[in-house]
Amino acid sequence: MSDSRTDKNRREFLLQGTKFIVLTGVAASAWDYVLAGTPEAAPSYKASQHWWAMMIDIEKCIGCGGCVRACKAENNVPLEPYYFRTWVERYHVRGEDLAHPDVDTPNGGYDGFPEIYHADDGAKSFFVPKMCNHCEHSPCVQVCPVGATFEAPDGVVLVDSAYCLGCRYCVQACPYGCRYIDPRTNTVDKCSLCYHRITKGLTTACCETCPTGARQLGDLRNPKDPIHAFIREHKVQVLKPQMATGSKAYYNGLDGSVR
Amino acid sequence: MSDDDKGLFQNTRHLVRMAGIFAAGIVAFVGMRMLLVPEGFGRYGHYRAPAIGDNMKKPISYAGRDACAECHADVVEARKASKHVGIGCEACHGALALHTSDPAKSKAVKPKAAQLCPACHEQNVARPKWFKQVNGAEHSGGEACDSCHAPHAPEL
Repeated sequence: MSDSRTDKNRREFLLQGTKFIVLTGVAASAWDYVLAGTPEAAPSYKASQHWWAMMIDIEKCIGCGGCVRACKAENNVPLEPYYFRTWVERYHVRGEDLAHPDVDTPNGGYDGFPEIYHADDGAKSFFVPKMCNHCEHSPCVQVCPVGATFEAPDGVVLVDSAYCLGCRYCVQACPYGCRYIDPRTNTVDKCSLCYHRITKGLTTACCETCPTGARQLGDLRNPKDPIHAFIREHKVQVLKPQMATGSKAYYNGLDGSVR
Repeated sequence: MSDDDKGLFQNTRHLVRMAGIFAAGIVAFVGMRMLLVPEGFGRYGHYRAPAIGDNMKKPISYAGRDACAECHADVVEARKASKHVGIGCEACHGALALHTSDPAKSKAVKPKAAQLCPACHEQNVARPKWFKQVNGAEHSGGEACDSCHAPHAPEL
């Protein structure tokens, strides 16, 4: 009889009615999952409890190429043609000319970097490891016409290679050049943040093999993860912040010349 | 009066026909949607939810240092006081998941110091200044690094 009860019934009726009308079949059953906040998860891994990020310390990178070799071995990336899920660039900046650095990456750094500069040439040189930035607002995800690339509930940008058409829109959309078309499958491939490893409690292959700890996988939803202290205690930056991609690859010691 | 009845009847038939066409359209749409939209699509977003599982499924190649430490406690001990303590075993020894899953079947290969050490320690102006670097030719004159330095604890 009371007004509140009537309101509640009406609200309930409208909600149920809208659900029934708007959602059909698969979508209706999925709605309950979405409302409950239970993302796709392996029995031991709840994706919604993680928010993965990468910390890259340029001050520590020695350009050994260990990450590039490990990544190719772990993820079955073709050795030739020269495609990479992660690679290392060598920057050479003359004086104050930040706008025109010399950048080279011989075979992505797979075989290391032969010395081509001189210590007293008045320039500075350093290595920059590159990889998929696992953007929160990924241009690649936005352009995919079929939903074959997406951001998982734990922040990792993944490729659905069974559903990818190989149309290459995402390859062009990525501002960081992190994607390639695998010539064996004609579908797109890129860093998956070693999703098959991090969901088992392991770190990525590149982090596992980096001898100086220049790369550290971090979980931003784990308050005890050292990545919080690192970001707090260092002046970190992401690549191309002006593009507002929401990159989750945080660089320490990033020079203004780095593109 | 009878003309009006006829008119109403005709209008009703129009409406029924239209409703039939609409119903057939809706059935066709729902049917096509069920046929064409893959399993789990849209459950968490504009993608196939099972694709998350597909990405999880791949086998690993690098076992991780904790797996190595289970058997090789002596190496863990040897590296303890060394600058090399933080380096993952597989950074030098390569991917060893096959070895850790069945040590008898797949053996780890000892890396060659003459090729391995310079990958990190050969002088290079792009390397950070704090990192220990040598000019290999001047430093050892071609002598293998591990004739003086123990790789797990290289300090002399």
